[in-house]
Amino acid sequence: MRIRHNKNFTAGAVIAAFMLIVILVGMVWTPYDPNAMNGKAKMLSPCLAHPLGTDNFGRDILSRVVEGAGATALIAAATVAIGLAAGLIIGGVTGYYGGWLDEVIMRLNDAVTAFPSILLALVLIALFGGGKYKIIIALGVLFIPSFARIVRAEVARQKSLDYVASARLMGAGDMRILFLHILPNIVPVLLPSVAIGFNNAVLAEASMSYLGVGVKPPDASLGRMLNEAQGYLMSAPWYAISAGAAIILLVLGFGLLSEGLGGDGHAS
Amino acid sequence: MAVTLLLISLLAFLAFQIIPGDPTTKLLGSDYTPERAEALRHEMGLDRNVLVRYWDWLTGFVTGDMGESYSYGMSVRQVMEGKGAVTAALSLMAWLLVIAISIPLGITLSRYQGGRLDRVFVAMNQVFMAIPPFFLGILFTYIFGLVLKLFMPGGFVGPDESFGGFLGYLVFPALAIAIPKAAMVTKLLRSSILGQMGQDYVRTAYSRGNSRWNVLKKHVLRNALLPVVTFVAMTLADIVAGSIVVEQVFVLPGLGRLLLASIGNRDYPVVQCIVVIIAFVVVFMNYLADVVTQTIDPRIRLD
Repeated sequence: MRIRHNKNFTAGAVIAAFMLIVILVGMVWTPYDPNAMNGKAKMLSPCLAHPLGTDNFGRDILSRVVEGAGATALIAAATVAIGLAAGLIIGGVTGYYGGWLDEVIMRLNDAVTAFPSILLALVLIALFGGGKYKIIIALGVLFIPSFARIVRAEVARQKSLDYVASARLMGAGDMRILFLHILPNIVPVLLPSVAIGFNNAVLAEASMSYLGVGVKPPDASLGRMLNEAQGYLMSAPWYAISAGAAIILLVLGFGLLSEGLGGDGHAS
Repeated sequence: MAVTLLLISLLAFLAFQIIPGDPTTKLLGSDYTPERAEALRHEMGLDRNVLVRYWDWLTGFVTGDMGESYSYGMSVRQVMEGKGAVTAALSLMAWLLVIAISIPLGITLSRYQGGRLDRVFVAMNQVFMAIPPFFLGILFTYIFGLVLKLFMPGGFVGPDESFGGFLGYLVFPALAIAIPKAAMVTKLLRSSILGQMGQDYVRTAYSRGNSRWNVLKKHVLRNALLPVVTFVAMTLADIVAGSIVVEQVFVLPGLGRLLLASIGNRDYPVVQCIVVIIAFVVVFMNYLADVVTQTIDPRIRLD
């Protein structure tokens, strides 16, 4: 695997690892119960007992940000998993076999990828309603075309290489060639896209939840926290800043990782 | 392009036909009786064939009759009055800001490649690329609105009242949308220029006694701007989508806010109309990006 910009990769790995550790720790332990209200400690500014302060209900913001980051990361990971799995199958088959089905699916892909995913996600939410699982499915489906396109291009390139011909001579079937021989070879090309896909999912989920059409209470998410925090900007600016900083760290970490792995690191 | 537009409008129309539930139930509310619902369905034309209704809707859409809103008690056209102008002005301003920020910055950074200025900005660029526009909007509301009191958060002046005030209220939302995009374009332009600088034709141009600025202006930029122009043209679609979210942050009465309110009210004629309009803009912009790319580089052929 070629690691082009080592500095990017290192910085990205450090930030992403930091966020992952925080999230993993947060799944078993947070300083306070994220939902425990405390009438005596409302709107505290950052202090020793509450490093990021407390919100309007006296809930510890650090605990809430950690929980929200975990929820957002899980949603993003699930979204990427759906898009990647379906993209691998669709892109793999169309790239390997070609033909009219390939043409039709790629035209469809072009049409879908030309659109800002947030607009399409809003349409899906308008049709089927919001909530955590619907967001995952809506975004996951919208991510299929971009993965399918990358997989298709790579598979189409690899299938004419010598090692595929050798495998075929040895009597390997199409599916075996596709998933056991070609797939491992396209992983290096796929990895940066996975990192960018994760970022796009984080941003899309945060935007939707901020708009109030994504994750619904009592489920946590960084976008929903920002929505709440905006009402208390004057009295508790650290609330919004903490939630926003968590999003930035996640996106920055994975964006740098993607560039380090040879992607262009653009979220779009 | 015409086929794509037609296909999109058909898909948007069909999508809103498969929603479970009958709009008459909500419209009639407690007055609901099966007979009244049937009469209303007939009145609204819901009992006719889907394709017939699509054709009616499409011809109406083209002639400016976009149907009746379910929740506002007036036509979709009246509901949208003035909203499109806000979103269009916001998107356009953000787009111009992207260009105004990134082109000079990209050129300057490539000039001082590897220097302290370059390294600081390249690192900052990475961070700015990672900031979601709506969070930047929240930060601006806090810093420039609440602390420095440069504008009234939640305030707005219509373009008819005072055009200057109208633009003034759009500056910070436009900046919130523009900055992350500008960071991407700056980065692209910088690396595009640096990629050209090592080429043979650049050395030839230097050896003919050209100054650095002349080499840049007359030779390098023509090539280096190619990928940037395409990217910038395509960004407009993203910016329109970004304005949906940012309008919400700054409480601007544009299409984005109307779209979200209508999604909440299940006011499908309005949702459908806005989606189709934005989709048309996106397709048109992508087409324009292709045309522009081909015009400045005849080597690229459109298929």
